[in-house]
Amino acid sequence: MILFALRRFLGFAATLLLAAVVIFYLLDLLPGDPARFTSGITATPEAVANLRAQMGLDAPAHERLLGWIAGMLRGDFGMSYTQRAPVAALLWERLAVTLPLTVMAMIISVVIGLPLGIVSARARGKAPDTAIMVLAQLGVAVPNFWFGMMLTLVFAVALRWLPPGGFTPRGENPWLSLRGLVLPSPALALPQASILARVMRTALVDVQGQDFIRTARAKGLTMGEAVWRHGVRNALLPVLTILGLQFAFLIAGTIIVENVFYLPGLGRLIFTAISERDLILVRGATVVLIVAVTATMFVVDLAYALVDPRLRERSTP
Amino acid sequence: MGRIFKSIGTALALVGALAGAALAQQPTEVRIGVALEPPILDPTAGAAEAIDIVVYQNIFEGLTAIDENGAVQPGLASSWTISDDNLTYTFKLHEGVTFHDGTAFDADDVKFTFDRIPAADSVNAHKELYTDIAEVKVIDPFTVSFTLSKPVGLFLFNLGRGDAVIVAPESADNNATTPIGTGPFAFVQWDKGNRVLLERYEPYWGTMPALTKATYLFIGDTAAMTSALLAGDIDGTNNFAPDSLAVFEGNPQFKVLVGTTEGETIPGTNNRKPPFDNLKVRQAMAHALDRKAIIDGATFGYGTPIGAPFAPHNAYYVDLTGTYPYDPAAAKALLAEAGYPDGFSATLKLPPLGYARLSGQIIASQFAAVGIKLELINVEFAQWLQDVYTNHDFDLTIISHVEPFDIGNYANPDYYFGYDNPDFRALIKTLNETTDDAKRKELAIEAQTIPAKDAVNGYLFELAQTGVWNAKLAGMWQNSPIEGLVLRGIHWVE
Repeated sequence: MILFALRRFLGFAATLLLAAVVIFYLLDLLPGDPARFTSGITATPEAVANLRAQMGLDAPAHERLLGWIAGMLRGDFGMSYTQRAPVAALLWERLAVTLPLTVMAMIISVVIGLPLGIVSARARGKAPDTAIMVLAQLGVAVPNFWFGMMLTLVFAVALRWLPPGGFTPRGENPWLSLRGLVLPSPALALPQASILARVMRTALVDVQGQDFIRTARAKGLTMGEAVWRHGVRNALLPVLTILGLQFAFLIAGTIIVENVFYLPGLGRLIFTAISERDLILVRGATVVLIVAVTATMFVVDLAYALVDPRLRERSTP
Repeated sequence: MGRIFKSIGTALALVGALAGAALAQQPTEVRIGVALEPPILDPTAGAAEAIDIVVYQNIFEGLTAIDENGAVQPGLASSWTISDDNLTYTFKLHEGVTFHDGTAFDADDVKFTFDRIPAADSVNAHKELYTDIAEVKVIDPFTVSFTLSKPVGLFLFNLGRGDAVIVAPESADNNATTPIGTGPFAFVQWDKGNRVLLERYEPYWGTMPALTKATYLFIGDTAAMTSALLAGDIDGTNNFAPDSLAVFEGNPQFKVLVGTTEGETIPGTNNRKPPFDNLKVRQAMAHALDRKAIIDGATFGYGTPIGAPFAPHNAYYVDLTGTYPYDPAAAKALLAEAGYPDGFSATLKLPPLGYARLSGQIIASQFAAVGIKLELINVEFAQWLQDVYTNHDFDLTIISHVEPFDIGNYANPDYYFGYDNPDFRALIKTLNETTDDAKRKELAIEAQTIPAKDAVNGYLFELAQTGVWNAKLAGMWQNSPIEGLVLRGIHWVE
């Protein structure tokens, strides 16, 4: 088991290192100069050159790469070129918005998607099933930003129940801070909830035809009891896989949703950093995301073992 | 019984009056939405307009101040005298001025500020404007004199720019993130990606502004800005996308302020490169442009036509829009004369600005009508700066030149459009060194005529500033003669 964990960890480290190198060189190919961007269109070439030197951009690429990786090993992600603040601090600030947003969206998609999928599978072919599947289809097709704008128009502009966007730091007012996420999180969750409902339905429909359900029925359980006690648990395996993958999609979705609701999150930070060619910030953010996604995958692996005792036994000889 | 009713009535009236008084209390806070977040908050270390929008004349002040009409007013200098040879300016400074960290302002801060701009490691984006300052001398704590190596016609204006605001040696190094100036508003907090908070600086030396607190919110998305205005989350924005203005125009809760900016929008032409090095080709392109169609299509009618790189609201402006009127037949004839009877193909690189992308499409169809086939290439701004601006790797592009008096760029042969005319350079030099107003006007008119006749670039329109504000707010600048969003006059009215 320890050997297994060690091997996994080495794989994890190698993935990260490789990703870091690839990200570094890929971004280095982008045309554009952060020094020029900051100093503005009318700045003299001399001022731009001074700024480039200040940013440490005049060193050769491999030197900057080594410096960057060595820094990250010490927990130092470097200084943002255009914002002139430590990258780690910038990322940490933004995670305070994106993390709750993503977690809330994840919870909403599970709480809405799974029960709808179960109801739909139980009522297969009947009206509720059709209605739910049409809604799910719609949920996948509707773009995040459009749904977000509609939510704003109804709940912020017309009814004035909720703010149209923006974010109050938690330390200042926790209640306002939470209110600011009430509209963005369903906007982010909608497509994921729809996908989950569809996957849950398909998985459960498959399971319902299995022998063990028939056996459970023969034992005297009603169909509902049989599905609830034996079916759902078995159907959860593909759902968990999707859930793990969804994390990456949610992070990607934040780039759009945070723009619509002008939230100071990680997605918007990356978006701005790319357009400003603040490459060191983009690189740092990407590394954090890779760590997050890889870690989620690892948690999903563990969750498999929880749901499926067969995996648990196999991995603990 | 009647008495009881009477006293209840009196009590109610009293409550009503109190409530009325509470309601009549004007708010003193404002929340302003702006599209671009500044990368830093130090106007002496970057030329991004977003910096000046937050800090200019709010946090930082210069010796002079530019007013809403573009005129020079006293700032931290209460008065000045100019020597007869126009080489020595002596400024009397206001006394009792403090920086927001409590340190006193005096002539040493002025000297520090102007010694810092030309320094070798300076990142001031406009060093070149201050290179003619030979010496800054502290005469006494509140008198300072500037000696110039040659006369500079715009010297007092240049002192009023964001690039020349007065900073203190104690705080200058940290101004990028915690700006400390002498202005009516002090910096409180910057939540990156979210907002900047400013607060009235109570010990301010000048007239106290009505506002006690101002919040700038960064909202990049036009649709999000629209919702924020409609939902009352922000009280206004200084420059709103003209395509969405219709939402607010008929709405009595809002006022739309349409004013001028310093932004001359041009199809920038690479004069170094054939066929654009041929005057006839450039004249043909000028004849092929239908300004009215472009202004209607790209700015929704809010632009003002221009015929030269000069702002129409400037006192020296001369209307040159008739130099090459819209005439496709003349354009074709000129192309044939230049040796391109069947036209030619070229690329048009478009930065991610609404007016540029829209103008680009319209120009492509207008050029196609005379035989010039344009390939439209959309580029990000960082890429535009590199390809077009720095490496001059382009045929045509569209951009607005937003600085005051930027006609001087035409005297720089290394500038991206590459206009190389020694006569024009000599003229600009004379203009810069002339201080007599009548003489300056004469020279400025001549300076406008030369690039217009040479059709260096096409000349489309002056960008409008289209602000959307809560109808109960007053005192905003309608025009934008210099980059900034000056808060000092803004107040709430009934």
